[in-house]
Amino acid sequence: MIVKRKPLNLAERLYLPAIIGGFKVTLRHLFKKKVTMQYPEEKWVVPPGYRGAPYLVKDQEGNTKCVSCQLCEFVCPPKAIKITPPGPVVSNADRPNAEKMPKEFEINMLRCIFCGFCQEVCPEEAIFLQQDYSLTGSSRKEMIYNKEKLLALGGTHAGIQKWKHKLEEAKAQENFPVKV
Amino acid sequence: MTTQETAKPAPPAIEKIKVKVDGREIEVPKLSPDYTGKLVPTTMLQACDAAKTDVPHYCYHPKLPIAGNCRMCLVEFGTPALGPDRKPVMNPDGTPKIAKSPRPAIACATPISPGMEIYTKTPTVKQMREGVLESLLINHPLDCPICDQAGECKLQEYSVDYGQSASRFVEPKVHKPKAVDLGPRIMLDAERCILCTRCIRFTRDVAGDDALGIINRGSYNTISTYPGMPFDNNYTLNTVDICPVGALTSKDFRFQMRVWFLKETKSVCTSCATGCNIVISSREEKIYRYTPRENDAVNSTWMCDYGRLNYKWIQREDRLKDVLVRGQKSSWTAALSEIAEKLKQAPTGSVAIVASARQTNEELWLLSKLKAKLGGISDSIERTGDADKLLLVADRNPNTNGARLTGICFTEMGINLPKIADGIASGKIKTLIVFGEDVTKHGISAELLGKLETLIVSDILPNATTAAAHYLLPGCAHAEKRGTFTNTKGRVQKFMQAVQPKGDARPEWDFLHDLVYNVTGKNGFLTIEGLFNEMAKDVPAFNGLTWAALGNTGVTVTI
Repeated sequence: MIVKRKPLNLAERLYLPAIIGGFKVTLRHLFKKKVTMQYPEEKWVVPPGYRGAPYLVKDQEGNTKCVSCQLCEFVCPPKAIKITPPGPVVSNADRPNAEKMPKEFEINMLRCIFCGFCQEVCPEEAIFLQQDYSLTGSSRKEMIYNKEKLLALGGTHAGIQKWKHKLEEAKAQENFPVKV
Repeated sequence: MTTQETAKPAPPAIEKIKVKVDGREIEVPKLSPDYTGKLVPTTMLQACDAAKTDVPHYCYHPKLPIAGNCRMCLVEFGTPALGPDRKPVMNPDGTPKIAKSPRPAIACATPISPGMEIYTKTPTVKQMREGVLESLLINHPLDCPICDQAGECKLQEYSVDYGQSASRFVEPKVHKPKAVDLGPRIMLDAERCILCTRCIRFTRDVAGDDALGIINRGSYNTISTYPGMPFDNNYTLNTVDICPVGALTSKDFRFQMRVWFLKETKSVCTSCATGCNIVISSREEKIYRYTPRENDAVNSTWMCDYGRLNYKWIQREDRLKDVLVRGQKSSWTAALSEIAEKLKQAPTGSVAIVASARQTNEELWLLSKLKAKLGGISDSIERTGDADKLLLVADRNPNTNGARLTGICFTEMGINLPKIADGIASGKIKTLIVFGEDVTKHGISAELLGKLETLIVSDILPNATTAAAHYLLPGCAHAEKRGTFTNTKGRVQKFMQAVQPKGDARPEWDFLHDLVYNVTGKNGFLTIEGLFNEMAKDVPAFNGLTWAALGNTGVTVTI
């Protein structure tokens, strides 16, 4: 199909009105409030609920919450999480009544897609997507965060401490029924 | 369950009776074998099973005596109503009138009768199941994140399928001992136990070691051994398999891997000649556990602890990974063509073969072809241990009968070994082919090996013979290849590949095929299926067998 083009009128052929129109837009923005910021000197305020990098958190007493159930590893769509279970002898427990703790917990931040499934699936409230959005490293290896790094970055998250609570409950029952 | 085996007790013919399960009429035998094989009246649960209707159950296990204590299999039922004249009452449409039982019954222990109707989907049954589950969950801890059973736990499964969505229980749960050391291989978590007594019945009635019992009363009921007596027989780990919850867990598998990550591969245990059917659980090329697989002709649903824990050598760091020609790393093509050249030039009678009864039928058959071509002498090495009265037999080679049937050795294994040693000493035997055995421990010393012109060795782990080898060919464990074994009763069973071979290692049948082809000039099948079928045509005992016909549970041949 041949499109019929309307011949340009005088104003259009002059070209100037369009130029002036363009400059008007430029001038208007020149005196407006600026929307850009001087990144990285100036940092963006992360809104609440933002899904940044997932980190492991500690409870209010500074103990590891993760029990190495591996549900996050299972649910992780890009397979970024790799957990090494402790095996029969749990030697690294830092929490009372800790039957199981991860021996190693690695998140490959290059693979992570920040979907938040790990946080959603965690039965222990031990992993949270936090506010870090700019993750950098000079090698691929450096971008695999290990347990120490994840715990250090994650900070604390107060919770119900169910394992401690369970231990207290069991202790209260220790003298009942009467032991023979 | 093999179809051939269940159909076996044909004479005398068992009377069949008709029952209705949820309105669908089926015909079931009046008598069914119990855990010992004795014929007892068929139960409602077996009838429901035949009708492909799921009835949830915890304490019932087809291979154990009936206990009827978990109450999970409660169903409603009715029987044909009888009039005062003891004749069935008929509905106006001519069908028999059904008198519905006022009480439910446990399906696992109630025998069926002709014309019985079983209802498993009524609101009452649903409510009863919810009630039983609620009762079981009262004191059950919320340990799922740290429980090894999670993922294969009947309590989890039935709670999802038949349970209530929320708990009404607000009081503190009763706490019982956790991580109790019950025996050298078993860990008990008393809190998780639902007291189905499967473990007690198994160890008393199947393993024959009355080691477990329930102590204390009411909510404090606990599984326990007699004080000071550890739960230690060769079948303890079967209790872990049959435990429907995470109360009994294996110390070996404890906190190793969550079960939902494990890839399951059908295989056969190689620790003795029984050839128990197993499932190999692996993840990312690492084997985590063996579990028994049901085969009524071999191992029912059990296996011994000795065989179950004998898998760690597959992952050993010192596994042979490289093809070595006189100590130098080489390639398969180079090494195999060199060996073929040597064997072609070898005069008749100058070659001896020591094969292993841990090799597969196909591999032994290929070796016997090589032997026939070279006119050599061959034998294998016996491996024995103590037998027990359930599954473990004295013969610890998985394929002794395979070695006999393929003509590698005679009925008495090892009688040719002194002849081979003498042959080497006198200089008659110049080439020795050794597969999977350390001959220095069986009469052919390292000095004798030094006299050989050519020593061709294939093995999995290093030993004195592999150290002396001129040609070292790294082989595969059974978990890394496919093949068949012939067990002590002559059952030919196939096994599948679970993990990849380590390093340059190749399945023995694979490179033996190349070697036999190079030496004899005759081509054969490049796949294990074709190779097996070719062997079945050649070996009289295997005539008529095909790889496909072996199925998952194997076929018995005459030995």
